[in-house]
Amino acid sequence: MENQSHRFDILSAEALRNHHLNSSLERLRGGLSWTRAAALEQFPQFDQAKVRAVEVKDHCLRHLDHYLEQLESAVTAQGGQVHWAIDAAAASQTVVDLCRKHSAHKVIKSKSMVTEEIALNRHLEDAGFEVTETDLGEYIIQLRQEPPSHIVGPAIHLTVDQVAQTFAEHHTDHPSARRPERAAVSDLVTEAREVLRSRFLEADVGITGANFLVADSGTAVVVTNEGNADLCAVLPRVQIVVAGIDKVVPNARETANLLRLLTRSATGQPCATYTSFFSPGGHAQSPPDRPFHLVLVDNGRSRLVGSEQQDILRCIRCGACMNHCPVYAEIGGQAYGSVYPGPMGAVWTPALVGLERSAVLPAASTFCGRCESVCPVAIPLPRLMRNWRAEAHERGLDPPATRLGLRLWRWFAERPGAYRGVTRAAARGLAWLGRRHGYLRSLPIGRGWLAWRDLPSPEGQTFMDLMRGDERLQ
Amino acid sequence: MNTEAPAQPGTRVGLFVTCLVDLFRPSVGFASLKLLEAAGYQVVVPAAQTCCGQPAFNAGDRTGARAIARQLIASFEGYDSIVLPSGSCASMWKQFPDLFSQDPDWRRRAGECAAKTHELSQFLHEVAGHRAAPTRSCVEGPVTYHDGCAGYRELGIDVQPRELLAAAGVEVLENTAKEQCCGFGGTFCNRFDQISNRMLVRKVDALRQTGASVVVAGEMGCLLHMAGKFSRMGVEVACRHYAELLVEGDGAHRAPAVGHAKGQT
Repeated sequence: MENQSHRFDILSAEALRNHHLNSSLERLRGGLSWTRAAALEQFPQFDQAKVRAVEVKDHCLRHLDHYLEQLESAVTAQGGQVHWAIDAAAASQTVVDLCRKHSAHKVIKSKSMVTEEIALNRHLEDAGFEVTETDLGEYIIQLRQEPPSHIVGPAIHLTVDQVAQTFAEHHTDHPSARRPERAAVSDLVTEAREVLRSRFLEADVGITGANFLVADSGTAVVVTNEGNADLCAVLPRVQIVVAGIDKVVPNARETANLLRLLTRSATGQPCATYTSFFSPGGHAQSPPDRPFHLVLVDNGRSRLVGSEQQDILRCIRCGACMNHCPVYAEIGGQAYGSVYPGPMGAVWTPALVGLERSAVLPAASTFCGRCESVCPVAIPLPRLMRNWRAEAHERGLDPPATRLGLRLWRWFAERPGAYRGVTRAAARGLAWLGRRHGYLRSLPIGRGWLAWRDLPSPEGQTFMDLMRGDERLQ
Repeated sequence: MNTEAPAQPGTRVGLFVTCLVDLFRPSVGFASLKLLEAAGYQVVVPAAQTCCGQPAFNAGDRTGARAIARQLIASFEGYDSIVLPSGSCASMWKQFPDLFSQDPDWRRRAGECAAKTHELSQFLHEVAGHRAAPTRSCVEGPVTYHDGCAGYRELGIDVQPRELLAAAGVEVLENTAKEQCCGFGGTFCNRFDQISNRMLVRKVDALRQTGASVVVAGEMGCLLHMAGKFSRMGVEVACRHYAELLVEGDGAHRAPAVGHAKGQT
């Protein structure tokens, strides 16, 4: 997906007008935060697990080179191959080359955000491969040629009716072509399953992502509720795992701790329906020389190590931050114009596509802090967004009006005498203008505010003026 | 983080009223003064105060935030405690040390100030320990309390204002939107006004559902934001800072609610 973050204002305005989206978000709001809260109630060790997770992730980041090399050795020792990709283009090209090398025609994939990040589907299709997404949500948005709206539930922005409509348009030769208005969720699931079944069986290459990469055993861990990742990993003759270098974890024990945090934070489940551990030559029925490739993607991640944004590399992609974000709750994920929406996306995206194309994302937050309070790996998301704002300000990427206002405000704030003068005038002037009602409805500035609310008028004199002559003012 | 001893006679508190109280609602400044003095503190209002620097800090202007922080630290560091009737400004003060990562001397001074900075309800509740005799509140009837995000999540302000209100005889009806931001967010509400408005609507709807005719908060930004919405909607709900409710009111000298004209409730 081509990054569209610079169009946030347009996309979010469209999102606010989109009634389908609004009704999807209405069902979402509260729902996921409630299931998470219920899961945490059943898991009193959450805070303990969180502290451990932070320690372990930070430790891995400090010794990233060590753990990545250990991972490579473990994968290679079991007959797998590891490929290093410095950026998105290199990562996609590596996968395309692997598919060519193995004379593949058909490719199946299970949900993977890093493959969205590197726009893998487009590259594979341009190279002539037939690609099918097999996670139900991903399959739906693939048919609709849309970007995902959520890192866990990519089609969470759609209503059942919209999905029924999409299936009716695409599954024309499916025996039970149903009228969209009569579709039940279970019918749609069955329909997708029947269509996907043959794709699984015909595929030459299966691609998955990884929730974790276990360094000492060379294992990719994938969590799903549909089991589609297992079919992708097991049925085709070639297996490719694509993952960011931030996913490496020392061992199975620490992985288990992270898994306990991940599923509860994501969907409120104590554990997902499927938690699969894939290693090269891993299962009993596979031929001993079945190819296993691990593509490790950097794409801006290593630059974050040691920077003031490093904490975002702890992210385990649970989506809790967006499930609890009041801005995401109003506009959904696609308005962010990035594969990573919501608070974590506002921190990730500038690192991946450049701040000049995405400075608006970290600006579009009230810093209410709910994201940080639910993050299972204690990422200080508001602080990291503020760091991006600081870089944007230094590089002159913030809006000119904001810069001018800030300079004016600062000039006065640093000069209490002059500041008293303007605040006195403002308090008196605004109080006089609003004297009849107690509020103002129009002013030459503050259009955004006044479009939706009145401005309460001041009492008339500033506190500092009223204190003049008081011995307590020193 | 309350390292100060409970007020000995003569303990000096520096009151930072915040820029929005100074400009829009001096009543809150005077109520704060009264409450602190009633609790036995000697209160001083340092004259060099303007704003805590939050607008610069959150806009990414670290140089500006640093300049303002230096000015404030220099004029407040001599007091035993620093008290503010705002959670977000108190939280800004607590983050001053972060601004001076390259400057050990200022970092130390900022740290000393941060350690003795308190939001008003926290100070009254935790440091002063309710020492002021509870007064009968000037507001009749139940109110609902809006938890300002910065105070709630960054400083842990939750039971303190509620218990202070209860002690003054105010009934607080809980609303269902405790976790929901009102959408103010400083410049956010102007720059992303449509999104902010949706958040605001959600918030005020939940507040109205309590049936309370007064919304109380400890954050002037949120109060102006919500009061501006109630007035635009034509809904008769009064918005007030909790400090106003904690001082004994004789009615006559009481300021009208935020966004209300004189003579209104």
